Amino acid sequence: MTLNRRNFMGKGAAVAAASLAAPMVMADGHGGKPRVVIVGGGAGGATAARYIAKGSKGEIDVTLVEPTRQYYTCFFSNLYLGGFRDLSSIGHTYGTLASEYGVNVVHDWAVGIDRDAKTVSLAGGDTLSYDRLILSPGIDFVEGAVNGWDISAQNAMPHAYKAGSQSELLKAQIDAMPQGGTFVMVAPPNPFRCPPGPYERISMVAHTLKANNPTAKIIIADPKPKFSKQALFQEAWSNHYDGMIEWIGPDFGGGNVTVDPAAMTVDIDGEVVKADVCNVIPAMKAGRICEIAGINDGNWAPVNGHTMQSRIDENIHVLGDACAQGDMPKSGFSANSQAKVAANAVRGALTGSKVFPAKFSNTCWSLLDTDDGIKVGATYEATDEKIAKIDGFISKTGEDAALRKATYEESVGWYAGITADMFG
Amino acid sequence: MRWIYGMLLGFGLLGSPAWAEYDVHAIGDAEKGAKVFNKCKGCHQVGEGAKNRVGPHLNGVFDRAAAAVEGFKYSKGLQRAADGGLIWDLEHLDAYLENPKALVSGTRMSFRGLKKQHDRANVLAFMRAYSDDPQNIPEAAPTAVASEVELSPETLALIGDPEYGEYLSNECTTCHQKDGSDQGIPSITLWPAEDFVIAMHAYKVKVRSHPVMQMMAGRLDDEEIAALAAYFGNLE
Ligand SMILES: Cc1cc2nc3c(=O)[nH]c(=O)nc-3n(C[C@H](O)[C@H](O)[C@H](O)COP(=O)(O)OP(=O)(O)OC[C@H]3O[C@@H](n4cnc5c(N)ncnc54)[C@H](O)[C@@H]3O)c2cc1C
Ligand code: HEC
Repeated sequence: MTLNRRNFMGKGAAVAAASLAAPMVMADGHGGKPRVVIVGGGAGGATAARYIAKGSKGEIDVTLVEPTRQYYTCFFSNLYLGGFRDLSSIGHTYGTLASEYGVNVVHDWAVGIDRDAKTVSLAGGDTLSYDRLILSPGIDFVEGAVNGWDISAQNAMPHAYKAGSQSELLKAQIDAMPQGGTFVMVAPPNPFRCPPGPYERISMVAHTLKANNPTAKIIIADPKPKFSKQALFQEAWSNHYDGMIEWIGPDFGGGNVTVDPAAMTVDIDGEVVKADVCNVIPAMKAGRICEIAGINDGNWAPVNGHTMQSRIDENIHVLGDACAQGDMPKSGFSANSQAKVAANAVRGALTGSKVFPAKFSNTCWSLLDTDDGIKVGATYEATDEKIAKIDGFISKTGEDAALRKATYEESVGWYAGITADMFG
Repeated sequence: MRWIYGMLLGFGLLGSPAWAEYDVHAIGDAEKGAKVFNKCKGCHQVGEGAKNRVGPHLNGVFDRAAAAVEGFKYSKGLQRAADGGLIWDLEHLDAYLENPKALVSGTRMSFRGLKKQHDRANVLAFMRAYSDDPQNIPEAAPTAVASEVELSPETLALIGDPEYGEYLSNECTTCHQKDGSDQGIPSITLWPAEDFVIAMHAYKVKVRSHPVMQMMAGRLDDEEIAALAAYFGNLE
């Protein structure tokens, strides 16, 4: 162990040193410890809370605002639809963050942000002050993105693109499909959370139906001419679920869709399909709180990749799906990776701890069928302009079964790893 | 004459009652066991001069308490089992090698296990040779594998900065669990620095084949690899 300033001088001295290193914060006049408020306890927010609290060893006051007591990961929620996981296995709570890392966990919604006063107001009425604010609210849906659908239709036609009760609902609907029935997915346009997500979902739904309802049909109406890991998914669909899945791209009208949640019909380019289950995944935008904070440019909040600071307000860092950063896909892995860069920058700014250069990476695994896993990944660096891709890889078509099984097992290990990394 | 150890194993220990159900015929061929031991060599040495690597050296393991090699940092899981009285007799070694985590929950041995009983019997016959009478230990050199990559002495001598390593480790802990538990992605904690450094360089120059690891290692320089080795090698 090398002696760094903090553990060498002890805590009191370190706070004094930190105040020299970060005079702006102390000049704000509230005395006491620097305060970080984090909105959203998902892949980005939970990781940031843990890393700031852990790294600063009590020197920073960390408050995490998250309405739900049980966070269900979207990652592996498709495996729940495929019957490979039960719902409780993808639920996580904030107990360890609070008890072991000293994070103040507040179960409430952030409803307002005053950037001049540097305060966050909560639905419950409280107001929290911050020196640095981290927003990792995930996504919301663009209103009017799918003709005939709005959020009030999410029970008839679930999105299941935020996990938990929506995932449960979609699974129940799939299980209740009549023999030979039709499952329709309305896929989202770019950019959206988890580029392979809809197609992994199709694979998992097909896996379930193949066992319980082998004459059922799956239709995907897609506004995109191509999608993530397309060759791999399409190979698997013809190998494992031959004849079951029909993908309708924009050339065949996949982008021209109107749904009728009351009648349970989907009009795809003039052809009306009766759906037994209709999974509508609308276009996405940054979680609404970013808009409220006034830090969006269009649908997303632009950030500086070196620190994940908002390009509009340097006291705010934006993580995960909500930010516009450059080349990284919107994934849990990316959000986790960005959170660590932000945590390092925030600690540096507030306590004068060493700031290291930003490094990012991402790997997304998808499951195609039992023991048939694939992956895609890349490394990234921060440039002044954006987070830029350095190097990447993708699974290949025609890989042997042993490799695919190992890839799946790796994804299980990754899930255990990232959730431990988020929640402690 | 190595088969003789197998014989000893097969007949010499028959006395113990737990042993009675064991399939005696499967005990056996130390020479074949030497080949099976190739699967262990990445982590374990055995024989004269054997040192602790990723795993403890395996000299004298038979019939002694688990987790007893001096200077090796065992997992809490294995230590707990040892405190609970785990002795490496044939039966327990066999169970451990069949499925390490089933016998010792929380063990850091990232090894899937040997599913075939004859593989276990053979490798145990082989290991047995390094346990009893010292004069029976063959003259062969320790079973260290030749290094996968040739690294300059300067690279190997680099002392990493664990604080930098801790920051860099953020990228690793998305998949590798810091406490060494392993559910499909191997443990990387408490490795000797040299093994860690060699493994990372082997990925970097693509001698080792995993694409994620090639990519991650590919952009780490010598000092960063040393820093990671220093950090992960000394975790509490
Ligand atoms: C089906 C599916 C499969 C996926 N599979 C993978 C995968 O295999 N691998 C992978 O890496 N990624 C995967 N993802 C993507 C991953 O889930 C997201 O990219 C990741 O969760 C983004 O993290 P985040 O922190 O930006 O948002 P989230 O994890 O969504 O967290 C946002 C949190 O903020 C809270 N919140 C929102 N607004 C407020 C407010 N105003 N006040 C307080 N709290 C608020 C929400 O309750 C939520 O808990 C998948 C996604 C889906 C939908
Ligand atoms: C990936 C590295 C790795 C491989 C491969 C591996 N081991 Fe291990 N082994 C370890 C580690 C690490 C430990 C210490 C476990 C702990 O502390 O929980 C260990 C512990 C052991 C022990 C207990 C030693 C003691 O002192 O209590 C035995 C016996 C053993 N291994 C045998 C084997 C055999 C035989 C093989 C091959 C068939 C093998 N191992 C393959 C890493 C490995």
